[in-house]
Amino acid sequence: MYNKGTIIPGLIIFVLFVTFPIWFNGLTTAGDLPKPELPPGGEKKCVESADYMRASHMQLLNKWRDNVLRDGNREILEIDGKKYPKGLQTACMNCHSQKEKFCDSCHTYAAVEPYCWDCHLTPKETASKEAIH
Amino acid sequence: MKYAFSFLAVLALVLIAWLGSMIPGMQYLFGVAIPYLAILIFLGGFVYKVVEWAKSPVPFSIPTTCGQGKSLDFIKQDKLDCPTKTSEVVARMFLEIVAFRSLFRNTKSELHEGPKITYESSRWLWIAALLFHYSFLVIIIRHMRLFLNPVPEWLRFLDFLDAGAMLQVGAPLLYASDLTILAGILFLFGRRLVSRNVRYISLANDYFPLFLIFAIVTTGMLMRYFLHTDIVVVKQLLVGLVTFSPVINAEIGSIFYIHVFLVSALLIYFPFSKLMHMGGIFMSPTRNMANDSRAKRHINPWNDPSIKPHSYAGYEDEFREFMVDAGIPVEKELPPKKDEE
Repeated sequence: MYNKGTIIPGLIIFVLFVTFPIWFNGLTTAGDLPKPELPPGGEKKCVESADYMRASHMQLLNKWRDNVLRDGNREILEIDGKKYPKGLQTACMNCHSQKEKFCDSCHTYAAVEPYCWDCHLTPKETASKEAIH
Repeated sequence: MKYAFSFLAVLALVLIAWLGSMIPGMQYLFGVAIPYLAILIFLGGFVYKVVEWAKSPVPFSIPTTCGQGKSLDFIKQDKLDCPTKTSEVVARMFLEIVAFRSLFRNTKSELHEGPKITYESSRWLWIAALLFHYSFLVIIIRHMRLFLNPVPEWLRFLDFLDAGAMLQVGAPLLYASDLTILAGILFLFGRRLVSRNVRYISLANDYFPLFLIFAIVTTGMLMRYFLHTDIVVVKQLLVGLVTFSPVINAEIGSIFYIHVFLVSALLIYFPFSKLMHMGGIFMSPTRNMANDSRAKRHINPWNDPSIKPHSYAGYEDEFREFMVDAGIPVEKELPPKKDEE
């Protein structure tokens, strides 16, 4: 083999790059799975099935946002006799009141940073703002 | 039909993963066994190929020179295109790898009536190659968020930039790199179809990686934007893979297995195909040698050390008598004969 001095270090660097996730996770910890906390009120029913919500809630929220803000369609959904106004704060957060323990657990795990909170407030933040004013 | 064959091969791979992953128990094969096998073949094959190349001797000094070589002091040397020092070679290689300088020089030749041939600079290939390769790099780095737990801050920032470049379109946010890789790969494919010269020299093994990567991009985009699957269980499996404790969750959709199977196919195919230009670019003697053969003698490694160099002076010394006899001019005359005196 010629040019061992450059080729072997080069190959080692390449293998280290490819196996990066292995030693990165090995050096820190494998980490825990997220455990989103279910609604504190004990509510069991959502607007859609849990499977659907897990995979596609962001699209539902996006659709609601477009309906309400862009099309002015504030129709109130009625599912199984329960009424849901289309809104993160007016519907979702009524049951899932703890963003930090519900939304954030999976979002942090999957490194997703939704921009909901650029405008919306969590109930906790609302309370603290009300206290100031 | 070279492209039809490649297309059918990729389609077959999709079908194998799609139908296969629906058979109970086969998820383990598609989600764990094949990805492990693929990464092993990829790494082993890559190292094997590079070592194999490193064992081949370079008999001659063959750098391609694309500019003024080092000459007299008042003639300006083109240090990047005709390097004579290691530092210049490193600079040339670096720019070749990160900026594809040799594609930048691409020209298009056309035959006009006359007959008259014209050359014009053609940089579309360069632009599409840059788009494609850099998008691919960003996408690979971005995927690390599904393998690393916790996700490092710089990775979140890359994600933020990539999605931010599209100004928050859709949910989940549309990535700029998804669009640019599509644009790049469609150009690279279209070029093989439209340009007659390139079409003539394109083989099935040129089309296959294009279709395969196109299918990987498409399934990935389908999974992110349309056929959603629960990302948490996907990440659970992927983090499991890199910590050697994979867990298959029944909720993972078929689209995920198709995507992963295609990526595994790419990894397995990689070391044995033209895709090895990733390692090969470093090993090209035409790029990684300095054009200093006049200053430094390049020794052919397969030379027999027992054969010594034979200079002209030595040759003449050996054959002077015969040369003089035959009337061939010599540089040094025969020593005067003593008995003539």
